[in-house]
Amino acid sequence: MLHSRSLKGLAVPLISIAAGFIIGAILMLMFGYDPIQNYQNLFIGSLGDIYSLGETLRNMTPLILTALGFAVSSKAGFFNIGGPGQYLMGWFGAIVFALNFPNLPTVLLIIGSLVCGALLGGIWSLIAGFLRAYFGTSEVITTIMLNYIALYFINFAVKNWLASKGSDSSPNIVKKASLNTEFLQKLTNNSTFNWGFFIALITVFVIWIYFNKTRSGFEVRSVGLNEVASLYAGVNVKRTIVVAMLVSGLLAGLGGAIDGLGNFQNISVSNNLPSVGFNGMAVALLAAENPIGIIFAALLFSALQIGGLSISVYSNTPSEIVDIVIASIIFFVGIKYVFEAALAKNWRKKQRKTPDGGMDK
Amino acid sequence: MKKKVVAVLAATLMVGTFLVGCGNNSASSKGTKHSAALVTDGGGIDDKSFNQSAWEGLKSWGKSEGLKKGINGYNYAQSNDDSDFLPNINKLIKAKYATIFGIGYKLDNAISSAAKDNPKINFAIIDSVVKGRKNVASVTFKTEQSSFLAGVAAAETTKTGHVGFVGGIQSDVIKTFEAGFKQGVKAVNPKIKVDVKYAGSFTKADVGQSLATAMFNNNEDVIFHAAGGTGAGVFTAAKNAAKNGKKVWVVGVDQDQKADGAYKGGNVTLASAVKKVGTAVKDLSKQAAKGNFPGGKTVTYDLKDNGVGIINDNMSASAWKSVQQYEKKIENGQITVSPK
Repeated sequence: MLHSRSLKGLAVPLISIAAGFIIGAILMLMFGYDPIQNYQNLFIGSLGDIYSLGETLRNMTPLILTALGFAVSSKAGFFNIGGPGQYLMGWFGAIVFALNFPNLPTVLLIIGSLVCGALLGGIWSLIAGFLRAYFGTSEVITTIMLNYIALYFINFAVKNWLASKGSDSSPNIVKKASLNTEFLQKLTNNSTFNWGFFIALITVFVIWIYFNKTRSGFEVRSVGLNEVASLYAGVNVKRTIVVAMLVSGLLAGLGGAIDGLGNFQNISVSNNLPSVGFNGMAVALLAAENPIGIIFAALLFSALQIGGLSISVYSNTPSEIVDIVIASIIFFVGIKYVFEAALAKNWRKKQRKTPDGGMDK
Repeated sequence: MKKKVVAVLAATLMVGTFLVGCGNNSASSKGTKHSAALVTDGGGIDDKSFNQSAWEGLKSWGKSEGLKKGINGYNYAQSNDDSDFLPNINKLIKAKYATIFGIGYKLDNAISSAAKDNPKINFAIIDSVVKGRKNVASVTFKTEQSSFLAGVAAAETTKTGHVGFVGGIQSDVIKTFEAGFKQGVKAVNPKIKVDVKYAGSFTKADVGQSLATAMFNNNEDVIFHAAGGTGAGVFTAAKNAAKNGKKVWVVGVDQDQKADGAYKGGNVTLASAVKKVGTAVKDLSKQAAKGNFPGGKTVTYDLKDNGVGIINDNMSASAWKSVQQYEKKIENGQITVSPK
């Protein structure tokens, strides 16, 4: 039984991924582009050499963290759409800290910046969690609105406090605050790969332990499964909601902080909410909110994005085709009930053939 | 169960890696001196504005040299996010393009760091100045001059004595448009009021539309936009107002936007303050191919050398005459337009 369930759990994402690629291929054929060559370029451009691999791993780092953040709140039964805002606050916090304390020793400087960023992201999400727990405000609405407040507040702050007059980005942080060291640059042929990747992996491990081995993690999950029953069982539901949203924001904020220190080295006025915040939700959905699964889902997304940049460089195909592939994958994950129903039918058929099948639990 | 997930995913990945191994790596072909590519700053090469103008310049250069789009020819890489700048530049470097353009001031950091790591490749940055790199040519435009003429056109056309300006993000570059426009309006008639609004984005047509609608309702009858893709919304608002019988105009930016102002029964594009990014891209590509790329230098384009200018789309004869007179005065130095 366990065996078949785990296969089923994997079947939906794998079918969705395959279906997404097939749809992309059909579209390319329809418009006269060569899908095999394009998918080849996509693979080479994302995983084909050490530089591209570095770029892909760097790109997946914040995705892992925003996805984890979304997964934590989602396990508690809440839809935290605030990833982009929390990510931005984290990015902002880390850069502000690094710019203000450039004389701290390297380790303190980096830890301080990361903590400052994560905390800002956490506070941002905590606001929504607090409103949800004590006033019953829909966290969907508050987090969406908080996204815009974060975007325009940070644009204002960068423009007026950080940037020199007329420019619209902050100065760069000192070199020692950067997570992108010369060693890693040499190793990956000048890619933007940075130590943040390892921080993200460790965080995945920590969150996995949190969910599976700690009381607080258990409470979060139980509140997500049934709020009333948890209350009856003696769980402090309000506190759990606040904790879940706080952890969720801390993670997204950490993602922003790592991107700030590792990739951008500064912060600038943004046109739009950062897409990594929303993509994190997609990654979490594809991974069915499983922390380990998130690593692989983030790798796939990141490879598609980074490889996608190659498509238009090496052929005449517009790179938007990759967005269609990504969107189709998520679409198919979204309608997973269709697959599940189809798979369940199959399963029942098999069961009838072997009457013992349903008994082994 | 979790072990299985990992195992299967790992297997899938491995298959992927094998495919990569078999892949015929087209990047290994050698670059020629005559290849060039550009990286966009967020909008696509079809943004009807800045990036499109650059891409058309590169295309026309490529065609005149008999090159094809792709490796060893000319190409573009589109950035969907600020984090795509450096990967895009590096992909073009790996594909051996000899000259790489960063379209827009937002790319200056990325161009500067890529130039440091790749001293043999020519880089150019548009709308910003990268200092201290011998292989980077910086290109700037005296857009305050063309915006001045846009101001003259607006002032000569307005019936309500109230005109508007819609900018993208408040930055040095866009401020020059605003400053030039205000000076142009004032030169014609100091009594005309200029309303300045910023959308906070170059890609939000919806914001542009609601800003412009509010401005038209506020009795402003000519709007000059310097807002890239956001400007598309300004045109939509103007066309809607025109369909409802209001007489309103838009002054386009960067390239001739006459087509954007066309609607059934008329056209709302008064003029276009063009900034010939395409010309600059074309010029620099030519120089790079000849081996005299102006690395380390700042190249400035102005009215005199046709790097910026104004195109008459639907101006009255008298307004156009006035614009031409001011154009001469700027060209021969009688009027100096301040960028601030």
